[in-house]
Amino acid sequence: MRDLFRGELVRLTAEEPELRAKQEARWARDTEFHRLADSDAAQLYSDKKIKEWIEKNFEDGFKPDRYPFSIRTLDDDKLIGFLGLWLNLIHSEVWLGIGIGEREYWGKGYGTDAVKLCLRYAFMELGAQRVSLGVHEYNPRAFRAYEKAGFRLEGRTRKDIMREGTRTDSLWMGILREEWMQLQNGGQP
Amino acid sequence: MFGIATQLFEGQDIRFGPIDYDKDPEIEAKWTHNAEFMRLYAVEPARPISAAVVKKQYEKLEKRMEEEKNFYHFMIRAKADDHLIGKAEIQRIEWTNSNGQIRLGIGLADDRCKGYGTEAMKLLLRFAFAELNLFRMSADVPEYNEGAMALLKKFGFVEEVRRRQALERDGRRWDLLVFGLLKDEWQSQASA
Repeated sequence: MRDLFRGELVRLTAEEPELRAKQEARWARDTEFHRLADSDAAQLYSDKKIKEWIEKNFEDGFKPDRYPFSIRTLDDDKLIGFLGLWLNLIHSEVWLGIGIGEREYWGKGYGTDAVKLCLRYAFMELGAQRVSLGVHEYNPRAFRAYEKAGFRLEGRTRKDIMREGTRTDSLWMGILREEWMQLQNGGQP
Repeated sequence: MFGIATQLFEGQDIRFGPIDYDKDPEIEAKWTHNAEFMRLYAVEPARPISAAVVKKQYEKLEKRMEEEKNFYHFMIRAKADDHLIGKAEIQRIEWTNSNGQIRLGIGLADDRCKGYGTEAMKLLLRFAFAELNLFRMSADVPEYNEGAMALLKKFGFVEEVRRRQALERDGRRWDLLVFGLLKDEWQSQASA
C-alpha cells in the first residue's frame, strides 16, 4: 500500500509544538514570507504564545475538521514549512493552506510535492469531492505550484487586498475529485 | 446625493434595528422550521431551532460583535407595523484590506418580492461604503439562489468566482458563486 505521507522530496508529519513554535516565530520575522502566505497585517508573537495556540488545537484531541501537518524534507528531515487542511464535513470540500517558511526551499519543487501529497490525502483519505484554495495575484510562484499539482483557476476577487498602497486581486483555485483521478491515470478518464 | 443628515438605518418601508430579545426569538425560530428559507440563507444544514436557542445565539452574536469588531448585524423591520422581516449582516471584515461580506435574509415568503430586500440592500451597501468606509464587498451565493443573484446584479455586483461543485444538496453538487462590488461602482450606481 502506498505511503500517504511520503512524497518525492518531502513528507507530512505531526506538528511538534515546541519546535514548530520556534520555527514559526522565526519565519514570522520574514515579512515577504508573511505577505506571500497571508492577507493579514504582519505581527510578531513570542514562540511561547505560538506554542500555546498549537497546543490548544490538541487539547481535546483532534477536531474532525482540522488536519494540520508539518512539512519535512526526506533528505535530512528538516522542518521547512506547514500545511493545513480544513474539511467541510457537510459538503465534502477541503480548504488548503500551505507555507514554506525556509526560503532556500522556495522554487525547487518542495511546495508542489507537499501539495500533491495533500491532494491524495484529501481525496483518498478524507473523501473530499473538491479541494479549494486562495492565492495572492502577487505570488505567481505559488500559483504555478498549484497549477502543477492540478488546480484550476476559478476566478478572481477584484482588488481584494491592499499591499504597499496598491490593491491587488485574490485568485481562487479548485480541483475536483474526477480531475484528480484523471491525473493519477495519466490524463485518461 | 447623501449627506450626514440622511439616516443610515431608515428606508422607505423598512428600517434597520437592534435585536428585540422579547419578540424576535419566537419569529426567527419559526423561520428555521422552514427548510426553504434555511437553504437560501445558509450553506450549513437546515435545522429547526427553538426560540430559547435562538435567544442564546443572539447573545453569542452580540458578544462576538462587541469583542471581535469585524461584523455588523441588523434586524430588518417593516415601518408600517414594526414586524420583523429579516436580517442583514456585514461579516468577515478585514480592516487592513477594507473588504467584507454581505448577507441578507428575508424570513417569510410573504415578505419576499415586495422590494424589502432591495431597500435593505440599499441601506446595507450605504452603511458598508459610506459609514465603514470599506472598499469592496463580496457575497457568496449558491447557484440555485436565483433571487439573491438577481438582487446582487441589480446593485451592480459582478460575478467574479465560480467555485465548481462546492455544495452538496438534494443528492447533487452545485456551484458556489462569489460576487463583488467595489466602492466606485457603488458610487456611480447610487448617484444615478
